[in-house]
Amino acid sequence: MAFQVLLNFFIAFMWMFLQNTYTLGTFAVGFFFGLLMIFGMRRFFSSRFYFLNVLAVLTLLMIFIKELIKANLSVLQIILTPKMKMTPGIFAYQTELKKDWEITVLSNLITLTPGTLVVEVSADNQTLYIHAMDIGSAEEAKKDIRDSFEKAIKEVSR
Amino acid sequence: MIEISKFIIGAFILLGALLCLIASIGVLRLPDVYTRNHAASKGATLGVMSLLLGVFLYFFLVQGHFNSRVLLGIVFVFITSPVAGHLIMRAAFNTNVPLWENSVQNDLQKKKDEEMNQHDS
Repeated sequence: MAFQVLLNFFIAFMWMFLQNTYTLGTFAVGFFFGLLMIFGMRRFFSSRFYFLNVLAVLTLLMIFIKELIKANLSVLQIILTPKMKMTPGIFAYQTELKKDWEITVLSNLITLTPGTLVVEVSADNQTLYIHAMDIGSAEEAKKDIRDSFEKAIKEVSR
Repeated sequence: MIEISKFIIGAFILLGALLCLIASIGVLRLPDVYTRNHAASKGATLGVMSLLLGVFLYFFLVQGHFNSRVLLGIVFVFITSPVAGHLIMRAAFNTNVPLWENSVQNDLQKKKDEEMNQHDS
């Protein structure tokens, strides 16, 4: 993937040299044509067309912001209700992710999800111990994490 | 145009201040370290982020000055505050700070106890 980005920059610079104008506008045009060329030649690369990864990163960022706002609303609701009715607890969550950065991103995401906060990552990187505000909804939270976050992170690292 | 943007900026800054206030009320009201940490790490993150966004928009739209340091500040808060929350949580757990009495489940304590038993036997 990094190779494709580098190649795209190289094509953009090539375009600037061909035009003999060295402005941001020419660079952008060259970059666009480079993107088209790489898209046309995508079967010769070992990894997939890199723009899909860029889109996946953007999706992940959107999920981050959405979850942050949802988390704040739910914390707000718990704080402002007169009676403390929640049932906190720590539950274990098995993750399928392997690389260190994936687990870091996943635990950051979980921390910003409504009602969950990571307490500990086990030594073998297989289990996350998560403190939940409301353990009753833990099963639902687990399913949520598995379906949306892990999938989005896998999509980025594919 | 300026008037509309002033309304938006005001909304961002008031929202940020309100979120920070509610987060600090949460720190006072909630029963133990872990639940307080929920309030502090989530409420304060979004509160400070929207405050900074309001500041950035004010200088950009009203005064026409693009301050990239404020944007960097937003990014840094966004990256670092969940990590800080996690570290405080972990330090509290490893120094045996008890959970609230109404807590119902504790998988991590179970695992720790098992490890201790293995050492003993």
